[in-house]
Amino acid sequence: MRLQAESVELAYDDKVIARDLSITVPDGKISVLIGPNGSGKSTALRALARLLKPNQGSVVLDGKSIHEMSTKEVARRLAILPQMLVAPESITVEDLVWFGRHPYRNSLRSPGSADKEAVEWALDVTGSTALRHRHVDQLSGGQRQRAWIALCLAQGTDLILLDEPTTFLDIAYQMDVLDLLHDLNRDQQKTIVMVLHDVNQAAEYAQHVFVLRDGTLVSEGDAESVLTCDMMRNVFGIESQILVHPVSGKPLCVPVKGRQRALADARLAPAV
Amino acid sequence: MTAIATAPAPAPAPAVRTRHLTPERRRRMLLAGVGVACVVMTLVSLMVGAVTYSPADVWHAVTGSGQGEGGFVITHFHLPRMLLCWVVGIGLAVSGGVMQGVIRNPLAAPNIVGVTHGAGLAAILVVHVLPTMPSSLIPVAAFAGGQLSIVVVYAAAYRRGASPARLALVGVAVGALCNAGILFLLVRYPLNSSAALTWLAGSLYARDMSSFWQILPWVAVLVPLLLHYAHRLDTLGLGDDLAAGLGEPVERTRLITLFLSVTLASAVVASAGTIGFVGLVAPHIARRLVGGRHLTYLPVAGLVGALLMLVADTIARGADPPLELPCGLITSVIGAPYFLYLLTKTGKAGGR
Repeated sequence: MRLQAESVELAYDDKVIARDLSITVPDGKISVLIGPNGSGKSTALRALARLLKPNQGSVVLDGKSIHEMSTKEVARRLAILPQMLVAPESITVEDLVWFGRHPYRNSLRSPGSADKEAVEWALDVTGSTALRHRHVDQLSGGQRQRAWIALCLAQGTDLILLDEPTTFLDIAYQMDVLDLLHDLNRDQQKTIVMVLHDVNQAAEYAQHVFVLRDGTLVSEGDAESVLTCDMMRNVFGIESQILVHPVSGKPLCVPVKGRQRALADARLAPAV
Repeated sequence: MTAIATAPAPAPAPAVRTRHLTPERRRRMLLAGVGVACVVMTLVSLMVGAVTYSPADVWHAVTGSGQGEGGFVITHFHLPRMLLCWVVGIGLAVSGGVMQGVIRNPLAAPNIVGVTHGAGLAAILVVHVLPTMPSSLIPVAAFAGGQLSIVVVYAAAYRRGASPARLALVGVAVGALCNAGILFLLVRYPLNSSAALTWLAGSLYARDMSSFWQILPWVAVLVPLLLHYAHRLDTLGLGDDLAAGLGEPVERTRLITLFLSVTLASAVVASAGTIGFVGLVAPHIARRLVGGRHLTYLPVAGLVGALLMLVADTIARGADPPLELPCGLITSVIGAPYFLYLLTKTGKAGGR
């Protein structure tokens, strides 16, 4: 296992978000962190990406404590796409993707053919080649998110971490982005860790799910074992029914609205 | 006088002619216009003063051929100020451009992060506390004051790293505090404030080569050093998290570039006085001309800054001879309306 958090305590200023949290990222899989707002899933992801230094415990990358490695060295092994993304004013897609080569840059060396290849490949694999000269702020939501993912891919890392990559996107763009990540995992053997809000998207795309509540890991495993009525009640505080997705066969959580809860409990579910 | 009236014309002129050209060509022509305007204004600035000379006189004076009129006035009064305009304009514009990148705030400039007022307060304090000291001590005090104020601002903004927003807010607060101190001293001790007032108004009146030699080394060293950081500054523009994810030591880079740009601004302000709006407006104009990459726009900002200074100082000297207006006043009068114009334009075009 290349990346893991070993009983870390995470805090912003004095506010402790998680205590004694351990997460081991399975190699070569898509892992998804889910949990309600404030459960610490984004915080945990930031810690895994060395953006937040744990007060206690350590994050280990390739057998070494991540905060003892140079940040450039980490950037050559692990890419992180934060949630809030700000493109510089009127920058083209290609120029944006070139930022992905920053970890390899040296002020004395001009970019070489390896850099060029990495950028071309990242543009190609995200389907952004035709958009390379377009300005990022003129793209659709989905195209823009693909450009950002291309930036991460240009870093040439096997580990890619993404914080809510589907937030602010229409459903079609959400699927577009998740399908892209699925293909990257399947075809390029990328290890992907991401935070998602939608438990059903997590079930569809994740091979491993981490469930967090109040900064603790309450369960983990494949979607079938994790996504249960009990978990939805205990972690998210909602009543739900777990169905089977008619196409993928993955679990599908259908929330039951509060007013109908009594009826659902009494199995008097027909239309009200 | 005719020279002044026609001087600012070269910049807007290409814009009219190139209205139907592609944006790329239009930009190039505007850029060329700035270059030409710089050359023209450099010449005009050598001609204009209490007495205005012809280009031929300037040529004879600069080449030292001994012919023509006003050789002494041109080389001893006009030349130092022309050179001073160049270093002050470049220094303020590059410093402001870097600050706008580091603080990620388009309003950032030396006077926003508290540097100018810190320098001003220190200068006035020296005048009042040590009235017997020679006025050559004012630049030293102002430089120290500028440096001290950024240390205070950075320390007060620091909480697990100094976030750009906190830097800007604390900078404004410290600047306001220093400004209050300046006003208090000016009101309380009005009689011995004239030296300080000249400095505060940013006048280049009666400057000789010594001011130029004081500023030149700072500009010659710090501007290339800041350009060395250009691509790192680009990365900071992506936001702290992504920049850190790309392997940029964000906090260290921010501290270094902020310190370098503040040092540059302090050095300029210390010798030339508080000259407003050049550090704010020049980077904005440069970004509109060549886009947001620091490596390309910082040098262009320097050119634009120098041009603004040359125009302002020429007007200051030539508008009402032999009376001199403070150059800092002219830059504000030119800069502020242009800045408002820029804001309305970007608001319409961008809106994102």
